[in-house]
Parts: sequence; structure tokens; C-alpha cells
Amino acid sequence: MSNPANLKYTASHEWVRSEADGTISIGITQHAQELLGDMVFVETPAVGRKLKAKEECAVVESVKAAADVYAPVSGEVTAVNGELNNAPEAINTDPYAAWMFRMKPDNAADLSALMDAAAYQAVVDSEAH
Amino acid sequence: MLIFERSHPGRRNAAQAPHHSAAASGIPAALLRQDQPLLPEASEMDVVRHYTRLSQKNFSIDTHFYPLGSCTMKYNPRACNTLAMLPNFLARHPLAPEATGQGMLACLYDLQEILKDVTGMAGVSLMPMAGAQGEFAGIAMIRAYHEARGDTARTEIIVPDAAHGTNPATAVMCGYTVKEIPTDANGDVDLDALRAATGPQTAGLMLTNPSTLGVFEKQIQAIQKIVHDAGGLLYYDGANLNAILGKVKPGDMGFDVIHMNLHKTFSTPHGGGGPGAGAVGVAQRLLPFLPLPVVAKQDETYRYLTEKDLPQSIGHLSAFSGNIGILLRAYVYARMLGAEGMHRVAEFATLNANYLMAELHKAGFTVAFPQRRASHEFIVSMKPLKDATGISAMDVAKRLLDKGFHPPTTYFPMLVPECLLIEPTETESKETLDAFVAALKEIRDEAHATPELVKGAPHTMPARRLDDVKAARELDLAWKTPA
Repeated sequence: MSNPANLKYTASHEWVRSEADGTISIGITQHAQELLGDMVFVETPAVGRKLKAKEECAVVESVKAAADVYAPVSGEVTAVNGELNNAPEAINTDPYAAWMFRMKPDNAADLSALMDAAAYQAVVDSEAH
Repeated sequence: MLIFERSHPGRRNAAQAPHHSAAASGIPAALLRQDQPLLPEASEMDVVRHYTRLSQKNFSIDTHFYPLGSCTMKYNPRACNTLAMLPNFLARHPLAPEATGQGMLACLYDLQEILKDVTGMAGVSLMPMAGAQGEFAGIAMIRAYHEARGDTARTEIIVPDAAHGTNPATAVMCGYTVKEIPTDANGDVDLDALRAATGPQTAGLMLTNPSTLGVFEKQIQAIQKIVHDAGGLLYYDGANLNAILGKVKPGDMGFDVIHMNLHKTFSTPHGGGGPGAGAVGVAQRLLPFLPLPVVAKQDETYRYLTEKDLPQSIGHLSAFSGNIGILLRAYVYARMLGAEGMHRVAEFATLNANYLMAELHKAGFTVAFPQRRASHEFIVSMKPLKDATGISAMDVAKRLLDKGFHPPTTYFPMLVPECLLIEPTETESKETLDAFVAALKEIRDEAHATPELVKGAPHTMPARRLDDVKAARELDLAWKTPA
């Protein structure tokens, strides 16, 4: 599965999708879910929580390990995907559909600092060694 | 199947039934229970067969090579069990007066002295009941030290990314926030990152040396200087003490507090959830904060120190005096080895790991840090095999069971993809190590020729591949009476 070209990415393996209402959706990438393996729990941030860029704000736990998920930019949490509580395996089956939470960025311009699909793929390739 | 599920109403085991009637025990009638306790009803033979079969299903150090990295699954000498189970140790009540327990107190005092000597620390408390509690005691002492000095702005504990997960968990349990620092390409702590992370907010650094990457942290002197210059203290995680036992002392490396897993390094039974023993050692400045009770020797008499003696102690960690039975086993082990024997433990643990690493490297396996000498453990990555055949480190681990070997630790540390963390320990022979190499080579051949055979492993065990997602999501730990 390749990384969708319409998304932005972080070096800590989150993907970011800009929504029509000005919010962004955040999930973890194909590469991240592959490394972690079968998901067993997801913990999402509280709606209304104010986050700073790179702040730990969610947790994904697999049969192998627990990993933190970081806020890609500063902003406020506007929604969480409650379906993942009962079906965390959705992250394994379709990581780019399984959004974890939405944020309203403090500054929309911050998004331009995130990586595109090609730059993110280079990060993934460099980690393979 | 549980013994409860073998229960049949009316089956008795008269020879094992309690001898004392309730009346003889002196318990007032009003306090006696009126209904029968829900205990399994089984004959002696049912019980013997049940537990014998369970023990036959067990994969243990008594039956198999058990190279579980970072766990130090070494042989438990039978003499330790025999001596720790002397009737006068077993029958002693924890509330019996110290005057009647001088022998046991002498053993505990000597064990404290031996651990002080072998680690280079100024004081030892044997009280923590397991490794995690030892870690907790260690960081609680660091906190007590800073607070006693009124130095309360220190809120962070630095932990390298190669650390055991218990380290950040301990720091958080003690009220600190965790600052993670990366490891460089050689497996050492990234010194620039450490410098950047250290400051007036630093309470301490938790370090495992040798690290979980199976290499000795060469820059330890620079690390201790950076942390101490900033006013922080150094915590030594004793997980890998076996590699350096008696050779290098954490006290000499500049550590202020250490915990030792006696169930690893000092060969007491390990696994299955305990009991463990996580003794802590401290440098001079942390002596007042040791957890109680500590055994002291005054003239020729032994006694427990209390809050009166150590008013700044972090306190008691359990109702009585730690896991005495385990401490006695560790004491016997230490006395059997002597100082010279402890050097041999470190030498042979390291030799076995390096031999195994060299043989696997020669056989074409990918060693994570081939340029470094292994400590007592090392990492092999199965990533090339996975890329070529789809067979993962987990598949290899499961197939090893069919070949008569307990698998090494898998997928830890997470810094190396598809990794096996292999720790043979000093108690294994060259023949066993060679057989393990041969088994891994066979599995690699099978991965190419008959990958389904490896993916379906284990084939010979009482339980096949478990549904680990279901096990994690639907925990089922307590047996309930069928409705």
C-alpha cells in the first residue's frame, strides 16, 4: 500500500488530512501499523483539549508494543473516532481510513511544514537500514 | 484445564486434610464461616496426575535451553533450594523476636554486605519484592534526596529509548515526567541529545549498562559527568548486571542508586510471575533514604533498623521483610560462588554470548552491532529473512519450540526491526549453543523451502499459535464457578 498523495505526513508516522471545514484528521501510517502489528487498544485525546505541535496526545497499543501518537501541529481537538475503541483492528486493515482524532489548527500555515508522500517515503526507506 | 474443573462432589483426600478442628484453634464460634469454602474435591491421585501433567507441559530452564534476552534465565542450583528450605527457615514466623532469628538475620546481613561489595555501593536494602518495586524504591530515594535538600524544581527523569518499558513507568509512578533520548548508530547514548535534555529540571537519568542492545555503554564516564554537573542523580537498572558481575562496579561508574534482580543475576527461580527480589544499593548520599527494614550488625548481634534509626527512609515496601525465601536462595548462590566465582559468571556469560553471536554471524545471520563485542546478550535481526521469505522473527521463535528451544525475546528492543534478543547465560555448554545455531539454520532453510511449515509452528506443543489479539483484548484471568 502506498502513501496517498493527498495527505501530509510527520516523521513520527502520523498522516494528516485537511477537511473541508478547516479541521484536520490524524491517523497513523501504513508503515507504523505494519511495524506495530495487530492493534489491541486505542486511546484518543479528549475533545476540547489544546495541543502543542509534537505533544503526545494519543496511544496505540498492539500485541507487540504501545506507541505514542503526536499532534502534528498546534491546535484544539474537535472530534475523536469512537469506533476505534471497539474495532482498533481498523487501523491495521485500512490505516488511511481509520482516523483517530480531528483538530482545528491554531495556524493553518503550520500544515505546509509537514511532509508530502514522497518525503515521508524517504524517511521510511532510511529507517529500513 | 484447572484443578477446579476436575472436581467431583464427595471425592476426598484424607491424608492431606487439615488436622486441627476449628474448636482447637480457639477462633470464636461467631467468626467461623457457616458454609463450605469452594474448593475442588479431588482424590490424591487426581491431584498428583493433574500437577504432574501441568509440569510436563512446562517449558522451563529445568527442561530446555532458555535464551530469553534481558531475562537471564540461568540454571537454579538445587543446593540453593535445599538450604533455603531448611525447616528452621520455613517454620520461622515473621513476628518472632529478633533474638530467636539471629541465624536468618546473619544470612540477610551477609547478603547485604556481599551485594555492596560486588556493586561498589555504600548500602543495600533487600526489601523490594521484585524488579519493578526495586526501580520504584530507587527513584523514590532520588526524589526523597532532592526534596530533603529543598531542591524541588527537578521534575524530569531522562530515559534512553533503548530502556526497558519499566523505566519510564517507574519515573511516572514517582511523579516525574519522562524525557526520552535517542541512541546513536553504535548503540550508545547520544551524548549531544543527553546534554540538550539535561538541566536544572533534571532529577536523574535511568540507565541500563550493558544496555538492552547488548553492548556496554562506553561513554559512561562522560554521561555521569553531564548528569551530575546538572545536579541530577544516576540510576542503574540492574537488568544486565550478569554481564559485569564483580568485573565492573556500578558504584565505580558513578551510579548513585541501583537495583538488582536477584531472580536474574543471583539465580533464584524466575518467571511465572514471581516471587522475585529487587534489592537496591545506594551511594553514601542516599543511605538515609533506604527502604526499611535494613539489617544491621552491632557487636555480635543482628537487628532490623527501623524508622527510629533511619527517619528519612522512604518507608516499608511490604508488610514484613521482603521475599525471605528468595533472599536465602540468593545468599546461598553468592556464598557458593564466592568473589572469584562471580567473576567467572560474568566471563562465561559474556563468552557464551560472543561465541553464539560469532557462530550466527558466520552462518550468515544479521547481527545488529557486529562491530561491537556483545555483553551477555546480543541482537539478531530476521529482517532479511522476512524480506526474502515472509517468515518473521515471531515465526522463527514459534518454530524454535518444535526444535526443543525456548525462543529468545522477540521484538524488543524495538529499535531493531524483526529482532531476536538472545542471552544464553553462563550455565550452558558449547554443545547446547551449537545445537541452537543448527536449529536456527534449519529454520532458515525451512523458511525458503516450506514456509507454511514455519508459519504454522509450533506443531508439537500442547497449545498451537495463540490468538494474542484476543488474549490482550479479552483478558480471562479468573476462574468462576459455572452458573
